[in-house]
Amino acid sequence: MVRRLLKEVKEYKRASIATPVFMILEVLMETAIPFLMASIIDDGVNAGDMNYIYKVGGLMLVTAALGLAAGMAGGRFGAKASAGFAKNLREAMFSRIQTYSFANIDKFSTAGLVTRLTTDVTNVQMAYQMTLRMFMRAPASMICAMIMAFSINAQLSMIYLIAVLILGTVLFFIIRHAMGYFEQAFPKYDAMNASVQENVSAIRVVKAYVREDQETEKFHRASENIYRIFVKAENNVIFNAPLMMITVYTCIILISWFGAKMIVVESLTTGEMMSLLAYCMNILMSLMMLSMVFVMLSMSTASIRRISEVLNETSEIQNPENPVMEVADGSIVFKDVEFSYKKDSEEPVLKQINLDIKSGETIGIIGGTGSAKTSLVNLISRLYDVTKGEVLVGGRNVKEYDIEVLRDKVSAVLQKNVLFTGSILDNLRWGNLNATDEECMEACRLACADEFIERFPMKYQTHIEQGGNNVSGGQKQRLCIARALLKKPKILILDDSTSAVDTATDAKIRRALGEEIPDTTKLIIAQRISSVQDADRIIVMDEGEVNGFGTHKELLDANEIYREVYESQTKGGGDFDEKGGEA
Amino acid sequence: MAGMKQRMRSGKSAVKNPGKLLTRLMKYVFREYKLHCLLVFVLIFVGVIANVQGTMFTKNLIDEYITPFLLSSDEPNFTPLAKAIGRVAVFYVVGVVSVYLYNWIMVKVTQGVLRNLRNELFEHMETLPIKYFDTHAHGDIMSIYTNDIDTLRQMISQSIPQVINSGFTIVSVFVSMVILNIPLTLVTLVMVGVMIYCTKSAAGQSGKYFLEQQKNLGAVNGFIEEMMDGQKVVKVFCHEEETKKEFKDLNDKLFISADRANTYANYLGPINAQLGNISYVICAIVGGVLALNGAGGFTLGGLASFLTFNKSFSMPINQISQQLNAIVMAMAGAERIFNLMDEKPEADDGYVTLVNVAEENGELIESAERTGRWAWKHVHQADGSVDYVELKGNVVFDGVDFGYNDDKIVLHDVKLYAEPGQKIAFVGSTGAGKTTITNLINRFYDIQDGKIRYDGINVNKIKKDDLRRSLGIVLQDTHLFTGTVRENIRFGKLDATDEEIAAAAKLANADGFIRRLPQGYDTMLTGDGANLSQGQRQLLAIARAAVVDPPVLILDEATSSIDTRTERIIQESMDRLMRGRTTFVIAHRLSTVRNSDCIMVLEQGRIIERGTHEQLIEEKGKYYQLYTGNSIGA
Repeated sequence: MVRRLLKEVKEYKRASIATPVFMILEVLMETAIPFLMASIIDDGVNAGDMNYIYKVGGLMLVTAALGLAAGMAGGRFGAKASAGFAKNLREAMFSRIQTYSFANIDKFSTAGLVTRLTTDVTNVQMAYQMTLRMFMRAPASMICAMIMAFSINAQLSMIYLIAVLILGTVLFFIIRHAMGYFEQAFPKYDAMNASVQENVSAIRVVKAYVREDQETEKFHRASENIYRIFVKAENNVIFNAPLMMITVYTCIILISWFGAKMIVVESLTTGEMMSLLAYCMNILMSLMMLSMVFVMLSMSTASIRRISEVLNETSEIQNPENPVMEVADGSIVFKDVEFSYKKDSEEPVLKQINLDIKSGETIGIIGGTGSAKTSLVNLISRLYDVTKGEVLVGGRNVKEYDIEVLRDKVSAVLQKNVLFTGSILDNLRWGNLNATDEECMEACRLACADEFIERFPMKYQTHIEQGGNNVSGGQKQRLCIARALLKKPKILILDDSTSAVDTATDAKIRRALGEEIPDTTKLIIAQRISSVQDADRIIVMDEGEVNGFGTHKELLDANEIYREVYESQTKGGGDFDEKGGEA
Repeated sequence: MAGMKQRMRSGKSAVKNPGKLLTRLMKYVFREYKLHCLLVFVLIFVGVIANVQGTMFTKNLIDEYITPFLLSSDEPNFTPLAKAIGRVAVFYVVGVVSVYLYNWIMVKVTQGVLRNLRNELFEHMETLPIKYFDTHAHGDIMSIYTNDIDTLRQMISQSIPQVINSGFTIVSVFVSMVILNIPLTLVTLVMVGVMIYCTKSAAGQSGKYFLEQQKNLGAVNGFIEEMMDGQKVVKVFCHEEETKKEFKDLNDKLFISADRANTYANYLGPINAQLGNISYVICAIVGGVLALNGAGGFTLGGLASFLTFNKSFSMPINQISQQLNAIVMAMAGAERIFNLMDEKPEADDGYVTLVNVAEENGELIESAERTGRWAWKHVHQADGSVDYVELKGNVVFDGVDFGYNDDKIVLHDVKLYAEPGQKIAFVGSTGAGKTTITNLINRFYDIQDGKIRYDGINVNKIKKDDLRRSLGIVLQDTHLFTGTVRENIRFGKLDATDEEIAAAAKLANADGFIRRLPQGYDTMLTGDGANLSQGQRQLLAIARAAVVDPPVLILDEATSSIDTRTERIIQESMDRLMRGRTTFVIAHRLSTVRNSDCIMVLEQGRIIERGTHEQLIEEKGKYYQLYTGNSIGA
């Protein structure tokens, strides 16, 4: 998992190696200072040798300056390495996601992917920098200080060794215990967020039913739960500081007592004792730092896992080796097709599908929610691969085509469609990067989008906001159709693409498509019978199977489901006005 | 580390008046935790004193115990040393205990303050008018409860105690240093000055780039969000390469600013540490010279202590400068929190209330029991006399003008009249004002001009809660709440019995599917009823309205793509719900419209046609166009 992520360090490898090297250099310099201090006091001050003080003092200044340089270099490279690593991670994830098939995309939620690419990467960046700078530095600092202490006086230094062992063990248990509580806190946090979220998005319901007091009470409970769990968790953490102090103080007292005795028998000098006391802080502070690094790392493991999930996800839909680069015509054949979204699910979404659609035909598809209409058409442009059987386009299995060629010629207008930030023209040119303005306008005319675009003050230069939120649902759908038309497809799939367009415009679009691009095979999924009844043939889907396939007349005579839907919609059950909610 | 993270998150905008906000926040903390705060203050002080005493011990150790040992040739007597160690041990214990205690109290204070803030925020949020939710992004509101509160936790639990602690330490260490040696103190002060200057300039650079990083991060964030949302479209149009290229540009920019910001932030540590070391060295040299000359009775032990103080002087100064920065940044969060708290709640001047009544001798008498009959209790302000008007469900709009803002009126001169039990349908294209009208009846918004009367009473005089209780509402997008199915249906009527709930569910055609759920009526719903289908959620919303049994009903028919069978079931239950009630329905279905007593055709905020289906067909106007499907344009 971690190794997969580390592969993305790439060009920042050098900086990643330089960082700990410089950090260790800084540590060496820092450790030398108390040593030099001792020498000043013992050989300079006590001996009354002013020259010696200047000499060693100068040496100390040089050491400090070197330490400063090394520290800054470490900081510089650490920043570069971690920021670069984060950049590469984001890029790798983003590129990876671009290779995803629809099946892969379904697995992750949009919000989930956004978090993974932002918050999680930032967490890893922090942890990486911390690791580079501290993970080597803290133990190195501890070891150096320990070595120095031992070289001064091994007997007294044993006190430190024991202190480190005891403090280390206790810290370990405290942190582990507290982490347990913190983990318990996350679901409680989620519950509180859910409560806020619910009330923010459903405030009308709350107010309409005068539920403010009950909801507030509910929130208070959630809030109280968080209070309790955090107090419990924090009550563990607060042992850290006093514990550290106790250890430091104990060491000072022990060193003072035994040191004094040693000084009397002249096995220790005053200066040496001063140095020993100075190293005490170095050793124990490093231990504290180390424990913090571990906390950081363990907190970032969740992020590491979530990132590697994205990076390890592989798309099953790959280009064939010698792809066919030309789609002959718009004919579609389904041969014994079976399809499920998950490999191991028992009940397939589509079963026993056999269809033969001629090039240039207009085919309507109708059926209840969950009858797998969308699943059916998604197989044609190979957005998903069939589980069994085969789908032929232009007489060849879709798996033989170059994916880009296939999707250019089989143009799908998705049910859940989006526009992107940019002008209307920018959005239209997603269909064809090299389309001229005239071609774009022509496509809009076919999709009946020209009438409202012309009414915008900026016309085709009108800026579309994220997700197309500044145009109405019906306008958005018509722009999406125009965008798909610009591909000049051999097969056009409209998946419930005019649901927010009023009936008259809907009819007008269908008429235009029929007249202007007669050679293109058109598949139209709709809820309204009126949208499909003029089609050459109509497919009736029911629970993943083709229940009927024929003309409006034939189905009305022979197909029960079709007749039922038809009657309910024409005899007082149909839509009155256009679909789509209040803006 | 923590300081850096904060800067990254909330460094977006500079707060106008951090001092004022801090005072307000502190007042908030003191309000409930006065004693706690006082104790913490004292404990921090005790801790600092104990710590300084401990440091002084090192001086005494060498001067008073060890040096005499070396000078005298007698058998050394360790008893005074043992006593001194005992004394200092007491100080240490006091120090440790007070540090533990103040941390312990601070946990309570911090978490308690956060809990109270959250609760007050939520309580206040529930009183805000709908307009607030219309004009604020939901994500922003959510982030107040999470990010902003979290920033405050850091500040209350760490920054503030640390500033106090550091303040005490600086003062006490400074005093000790002055007592020990004035020239050396001056040397230390000069070095501290240099340190503050260097820190400030590095922090300034870092802050500049952090702002830039924040901006670039926002851009990357936005781009990712948009592309992830449209990922399927990207695939369908084979737009992967173009998207990748665009992303790379944004990502590279982010890298550059992140790199610089972190570099300068990383410089801070070594600069402070090594300048501290240099200060230490200079003091050692100067002090060595002084001690050697024995100037002013300065001793070797004195030098040892001074050097320790030198270190413990520069540390708190650094801490204060860092924490002050963090506090200023946290104020951005505090500002958002207080802004929400300062939002004006929904005004309610209503005094007409809804009460249970019983009829005695042809007169309505207020009753404490549930009688099933309701009346408006109208206490006349002029003479204090009380009127009871039976709740019937008569609604009148008289020349109503409305706009979400005063300068943009969206409804013009709306007049309508609904007798109890009548069904009024609104039709018209998107944005014509259908939903807006229904939002005025329950006073989600207040009108600019005209009058709305409910059973002859101006709705402005009716207490909002009572007004809304008398109105049932089924919105187009169903919202369910975390809780059991039963709790969700009981939503509208707290004292509904289980039988009443089952009856409402049956009326709504929901009883059948609820019984088939794993735990029936006790099945937990989470995430807005994510485990139910769209149709089932709508049936629950209808049951929720049915249990209230209101005389007036507002229905917004769903238009989402539901298959015909489910739709028929929903229609059936809606029809049953409407029976015998005054109903305002935003209609999308032919049958609903045709069965209405009166149809209002809206266009651009005006009622342009009104009448029964037959009358309007006769008129051959807009309604006729809509009905026959000959209209054009959305």
